[in-house]
Amino acid sequence: MPAVTETREQVEKLGQSSYKWGFETDIEMDFAPKGLNEDTIRLISSRKEEPQWLLDWRLAAFAAWQTMEEPTWAKVSHPPIDYQDAYYYAAPKKKAGPKSLEEVDPELLRTYEKLGIPLHEQAMLAGVEVPEGEEARMPIAVDAVFDSVSVATTFRKTLAEAGVIFCPISEAVRDYPDLVRQYLGSVVPVGDNFFAALNSAVFTDGSFVYVPKGVRCPMELSTYFRINARNTGQFERTLIIVEDKASVSYLEGCTAPMRDENQLHAAVVELVAMEDASIKYSTVQNWYPGDENGLGGIYNFVTKRGACRGARSKISWTQVETGSAITWKYPSCILQGEGSVGEFYSVAVTNNRQQADTGTKMIHIGRNTRSTIIAKTISAGHSDSTYRGLVRILPKASGARNFTQCDSLLIGDQCGAHTVPYIENRNMAARVEHEATTSKISEDQMFYCRQRGLSEEDAVGLIVNGFCKDVLKELPMEFAVEAQKLLQISLEGSVG
Amino acid sequence: MSDFLNISGLHARIDADGAPKEILRGVDLVIPPGEVHAIMGPNGSGKSTLSYVLAGREDYEVTSGSVSFKGQDLLAMEPEERAAAGVFLAFQAPIELPGVNNANFLRTAVNAVRRARGDAELDAVAFLKTVRAATKKLSMSDEMLKRNVNVGFSGGEKKRNEVLQMTMLQPSLAILDETDSGLDVDALRIVADGVNALRSPTFSALVITHHQRLLDYLNPDRVHVMARGRIVHSGGAELAKEIDVQGYASFLAEAA
Repeated sequence: MPAVTETREQVEKLGQSSYKWGFETDIEMDFAPKGLNEDTIRLISSRKEEPQWLLDWRLAAFAAWQTMEEPTWAKVSHPPIDYQDAYYYAAPKKKAGPKSLEEVDPELLRTYEKLGIPLHEQAMLAGVEVPEGEEARMPIAVDAVFDSVSVATTFRKTLAEAGVIFCPISEAVRDYPDLVRQYLGSVVPVGDNFFAALNSAVFTDGSFVYVPKGVRCPMELSTYFRINARNTGQFERTLIIVEDKASVSYLEGCTAPMRDENQLHAAVVELVAMEDASIKYSTVQNWYPGDENGLGGIYNFVTKRGACRGARSKISWTQVETGSAITWKYPSCILQGEGSVGEFYSVAVTNNRQQADTGTKMIHIGRNTRSTIIAKTISAGHSDSTYRGLVRILPKASGARNFTQCDSLLIGDQCGAHTVPYIENRNMAARVEHEATTSKISEDQMFYCRQRGLSEEDAVGLIVNGFCKDVLKELPMEFAVEAQKLLQISLEGSVG
Repeated sequence: MSDFLNISGLHARIDADGAPKEILRGVDLVIPPGEVHAIMGPNGSGKSTLSYVLAGREDYEVTSGSVSFKGQDLLAMEPEERAAAGVFLAFQAPIELPGVNNANFLRTAVNAVRRARGDAELDAVAFLKTVRAATKKLSMSDEMLKRNVNVGFSGGEKKRNEVLQMTMLQPSLAILDETDSGLDVDALRIVADGVNALRSPTFSALVITHHQRLLDYLNPDRVHVMARGRIVHSGGAELAKEIDVQGYASFLAEAA
């Protein structure tokens, strides 16, 4: 059944709310003092009862960060960020970490319920919500990160039986220190870039996934990130390691309350894929984008990188970026293993005063490595969106292939779309293709749809979803519907 | 006087390179319920403009005159409201919607219109049943439903798709803007069958055409000649045959 119609039906039920995740939850919080210095870092480290090596690692990152400057090459503009005027640690007040859902603050659970996150695994396990005739859905394991702390991870038992580790990274540091120590910072080194260094110094939580040799993770893994506290930066750290012949599909979703001030989100995601391993990493990013005049919203400065270390390994990034005042993010693949494959499927929507500078880097090191980039950019209102991508073929990458397709769709005449592809090829036996198009939703298309009875919003939704189809079909089923819905909501009021 | 479709003194203009250009210069036309009317006329006489103005295309500015449709002021309605009220325009050049699945588009449209008319929406199964019946009746292949709306369709397929949409949307007023142009005899037949199948005491059609052949199949109740933005002559079905032989010359002289 076509999902778009269902989607629209759901949207209609939502009414005209432009950002329905904008609520704030009143929970007692434990803050570290404002500002960033070695003491803050020591405090975070001690709150989390971290080993000395990790504290040293953080301090090294902090030292590197202090020598670095905020990058200015992206096509975004914002007032200077005062890094001393933010909280770097905020956790829901609670002594020890919750052992089970029953121990989680009910207020928190209600928050996640509002977000539509199926935390209650019993109901899901029982499958009670699956209507007759519909295929039984694959259960999804969820890790929920609230401000700085992971509050609940579901399905851990089922996963453990398969040998899969899925837990907050702070727990992984305690329970699997060797794994964490071996891989943390091995894909994104502490001094990689300004925001990655900042994250390394102050990251507070995030998800950790380890899939052992030969195991196909039995269910989708998912993390929901929520910024709730005021003046708080969120710096989560995700590390996913997939051993030989193993595979995992992972999804992250993000929301935040509506606030007048800008909040910083600087995450780091590291993926490691060994021989014949495959990682599918999907993102539905819906941080608060600010109001129509550009007041408030999240600064989303994120470093995501995957290393295809083993032969024939595969890393696939799919992202639907509808939120954030500013998005600065380039999920990348280092294609080291022979015949390894990197994919990047992206939909970036900007409306009102949003700015996005996003794309990918495909670094071809090994022979016969392949990469595919499909980037769909939709700009509306006064927004500005840039695709920035690098395809680098190193001298030894004989037989490497890349295909890049960048399509921009403009809605209205006040917005901008830009495509900045960098191609560096040092191997004559490699093949690199780049295609780009820019189009507008034409008045003819709008009139045609409306003549058939569709409202303007529905028509835009249909056309935009059609434009993004190649990317949306890469998302796990459950999230494809959510993503379509989001696209339409994000573009509300963009026509007429 | 009929209160089904009543066009009176309709003037409309379009912005042509910064200067307004008047295209409709006082169209008067009444279509009673249950009748099929044809409009013929030379190129540039305003036939397509009339169909766009009736469907609510915003590029055209109505400067005076009125259109009432089933007692409602048609000109005050949005295009989608007109569709819900029963106005269907079969486009001369149907628009392509890349990436939009044809069946999904059709179902969205049908349900939007049903919702607006106060009917229950069709679920996927009911829709599929209805659409299969419709394609079968129109001798169309279901394969067309799986493709993207009009993308890569031949001229004939696009027109058939329009007829399919018309069949599914159950309009009370169908406006066919040269739907027959560029069609072979078989396709022409399908278009005519599509209209004839809808014929009822509550369905009317306004058929814009250059050719007698479509009218042979449709057997219109009235034929109008349009020239220089006005209806200059009206008659019965025999008028079309006359034009087929003699051309428009005599009517143009009349209009001058």
